[in-house]
Amino acid sequence: MTEPLVFEISSPGRKAVFLPELDVPETELPQELLRDDLPLPEVSEVDLVRHYVHLSQMNHAVDTGFYPLGSCTMKYNPKVNEEAARLPGFTRTHPYQDHRTVQGNLRLMYELQEFLKEIGGFAAVSLQPAAGAHGEFTGILMMRAYHQERGDTRRTKVLIPDSAHGTNPASSAMSGYQVVEIKSDQRGNVDLEELRAHCDDTVVGLMLTNPNTLGLFEEQMLEVAELIHGCGGLMYGDGANVNALLGIAKPGDLGFDVLHYNLHKTFSTPHGGGGPGSGPVGASERLAKYLPGPIVVKEVKEQGSRRAVEQGGNDNPCYRLQMPQASIGRVKAFYGNFGVFIKAYTYIRMLGAIGLKQVSEDAVLAANYLLAKLRKVYPLPYDRTCMHEFVLSGPLPQAPDVHTVDIAKRLMDYGFHPPTVYFPLIVPEALMIEPTETESKETLDAFVEAMLKIAEEAQENPDLLHQAPHTTPVTRLDEVRAARQPVLRWKPG
Amino acid sequence: MSYVPHTDSDRTAMLAEIGVKAVGDLFLDVPESVRYPELRLPAPLSEMEILRELRSISEQNADLDHYACFLGAGAYNHFVPSVVGHVVGRSEFYTAYTPYQPEISQGTLQAIFEYQSMVCALTGMDVANASHYDGATSLAEAALMAVSISRGKRRKIIVSPTVHPEYRATLRTYTPGSDLTISNLQYPISNTQFDDDTACLIIQNPNFFGQLLSTDSENGLSGLADAVHEAGALLVVVVDPISLGLFTPPGEYGADIVVGEGQPLGNPLNFGGPYLGIFACREEYMRKMPGRLIGETVDTQGRRGFVLTLSAREQHIRRERATSNICTNQALCALAAGAYLAAMGKSGLRKVAELCYHKAHYAARQIAAIPGFNLVGDRPFFKEFLVRCPRPPGEINEALLERGIIGGYDLGRDYPQLENHMLLCVTEVNTKQEIDRLVEALQEVAP
Repeated sequence: MTEPLVFEISSPGRKAVFLPELDVPETELPQELLRDDLPLPEVSEVDLVRHYVHLSQMNHAVDTGFYPLGSCTMKYNPKVNEEAARLPGFTRTHPYQDHRTVQGNLRLMYELQEFLKEIGGFAAVSLQPAAGAHGEFTGILMMRAYHQERGDTRRTKVLIPDSAHGTNPASSAMSGYQVVEIKSDQRGNVDLEELRAHCDDTVVGLMLTNPNTLGLFEEQMLEVAELIHGCGGLMYGDGANVNALLGIAKPGDLGFDVLHYNLHKTFSTPHGGGGPGSGPVGASERLAKYLPGPIVVKEVKEQGSRRAVEQGGNDNPCYRLQMPQASIGRVKAFYGNFGVFIKAYTYIRMLGAIGLKQVSEDAVLAANYLLAKLRKVYPLPYDRTCMHEFVLSGPLPQAPDVHTVDIAKRLMDYGFHPPTVYFPLIVPEALMIEPTETESKETLDAFVEAMLKIAEEAQENPDLLHQAPHTTPVTRLDEVRAARQPVLRWKPG
Repeated sequence: MSYVPHTDSDRTAMLAEIGVKAVGDLFLDVPESVRYPELRLPAPLSEMEILRELRSISEQNADLDHYACFLGAGAYNHFVPSVVGHVVGRSEFYTAYTPYQPEISQGTLQAIFEYQSMVCALTGMDVANASHYDGATSLAEAALMAVSISRGKRRKIIVSPTVHPEYRATLRTYTPGSDLTISNLQYPISNTQFDDDTACLIIQNPNFFGQLLSTDSENGLSGLADAVHEAGALLVVVVDPISLGLFTPPGEYGADIVVGEGQPLGNPLNFGGPYLGIFACREEYMRKMPGRLIGETVDTQGRRGFVLTLSAREQHIRRERATSNICTNQALCALAAGAYLAAMGKSGLRKVAELCYHKAHYAARQIAAIPGFNLVGDRPFFKEFLVRCPRPPGEINEALLERGIIGGYDLGRDYPQLENHMLLCVTEVNTKQEIDRLVEALQEVAP
């Protein structure tokens, strides 16, 4: 099943949109500035709708099936989130409106800042960063600002465990820092001895994901933080895996000075096919003043919003935008992905403290349940109780020719999205599985059954796996050709 | 309500399989001293209650369904055809993630490939990526890319002061304490500003004041591009994608990298986000580009298909040597932009741009005729124009608001020399009646 490109269903003169007639006198156009041709497609509305509906049907999504993509937290995205974010009172507001005319927006942002502070154990939060990696870059810039202000300019090294997401070293490098990789020990923790050897007065800080990308809680978390703080460094938390910690532990209490949240992961906002996400950053007391801005502040004794005044409440709080005192500046235009904030706000309000804790407990329960069942057949490199996800090693002892990629592709034939594969890099042929809390036991059992069946197939009929997937709109794609002879756009003729 | 499907008996069975007695046994690695903190959050609400509350919060805003809006300055009130909302409302799109597994992600991959193709058509460039966070971060990453193309040897970024102030601020944040220098383009433009330390020149067209720059080879952008290239530097152009429905694309006047805010293409204002950054460049710089790229290829049966490609540039492969740290971008907003461009098509986008142009000029003429108000600048403009006001813009906007109108952007915020100047924006959604109401209101507020 393939679908023609939108350009290929185009025919001169077709239209999908009819615009109103000009209702003011015309003004002469500056002829010398006009373009000659605009090679966009010309399609009817019905053809356009069918085109996109057909395309959508070629996607696997959380709403079509299980999506155990490790470290991405592909949980169910409640429909009420979508409903809330489409309220015209939110979508139809301009970012430069006078603050008194957008008190609803600012109140929602303020309260979300407060919720995230409480959940993370931080002194302040900025909602501005647009995604996790953007939050990481922000955090590193804040750490830099902290050291700079203290005149501590010798610090140039960011320590990063070898299990970290690729964004961590990339974010550090963007800030001009040198990355030092720290090995993991045999239990999947940061190797404390190696860490100690690198702790000196050139350390900017440590970027740590906890639970880490093996799905394991750092057993010496407090010692790690103590070592880093002891040499004058700071602790950056990659919040990709916070779905394991809601109401279980506050990252601020674990020793993190700054952390980004992934609203699209932990707070169900959804993922959008690769964004928009949202990567708010929380900071401890000593880093709060460096947060990017503006952020929302609440003033109690001021004139309320226009409508609030009309409604007779003059002592209502007033929300305003403000730059933190020693802010690193803005990391994007405006205030962040506001539409995403509404969804996260809705989610937190519906769950409350009890519901959030339930999320983490059930996410960890589901992961350990899958782990208990799958470890009987698939090699488990780190034998510990996992948190919200775990990592298996793909090569089955009984089928050495079958690789992780084959297992992943075969899973598609059983209707499942594959786990994250070949990551973390420290596990050969890794399969990183994150079931999330929203999948029923029946779904988890069906996944286990498919994984076990695939292990049998690997032994009996490895070619079935090598040629998988068999039931998808297209079969395996030639990625080498795509990179060697790049075709990155449609061209006529 | 946690959206968790487990019954008590499910949980019991799962715990038994794991071999522990209670869920708490799974959290023993978490230091006891910090385990199970109290979370002080409001009590949980039902769906009915949260919707009621959110509706009430949203009604504390003055929204554009109830007010006529003449505010732009980087976020624009354009019409979004119904079809766009229905496309991005397909949950097969919005509940998927980055298309790492192409065989089951052809929908997202092909849609973004089409988006890339349409952005190339619009800008006149060879390659476009799958999006950045917004126009401002696109610009910052374009500057870093220009430095990287010089292998880090050129350390100076020259920026026109008529580039959006928040974009310039974002660029400054992105280049902290490093030895990169950011300097203002000096007027009148002398080519001696561009030297062998210059990585790029960044200009905006139409500029922040709405003015369209000349593109000719004498004193216009083509000539400027030549001078920049002569010095071995790159020309980065910030665009308004709607203007490209009508006006010369930057690819035709020598741009090397084109960036811009993609929000006007089918994305609601949403109080500033989520939006999307447009990012396009010439083919020779393709492998230095940040961000995700979708490429065409074939499957094992020779059928056309699409994949994420050239990922050797990216963080998940190259780690600290990647061209950028970007991972999640704004895919759904790019999907909306693609659906918008396809729906508008060749004639529709031109018509939208023409409506903006004619209505903005009508409004400008009417306002210029009011005593005390003057139109500033003699360049042709697109949909925004600069007006010198007889009173502070804050006071004028206050009075407009009482008449159901959201007025313009107060330029004194960013340009001290432009105190009492307002940037007004008129798009295809503003009717003649609304414009006349604005003019009438301004007449009343003039002293």
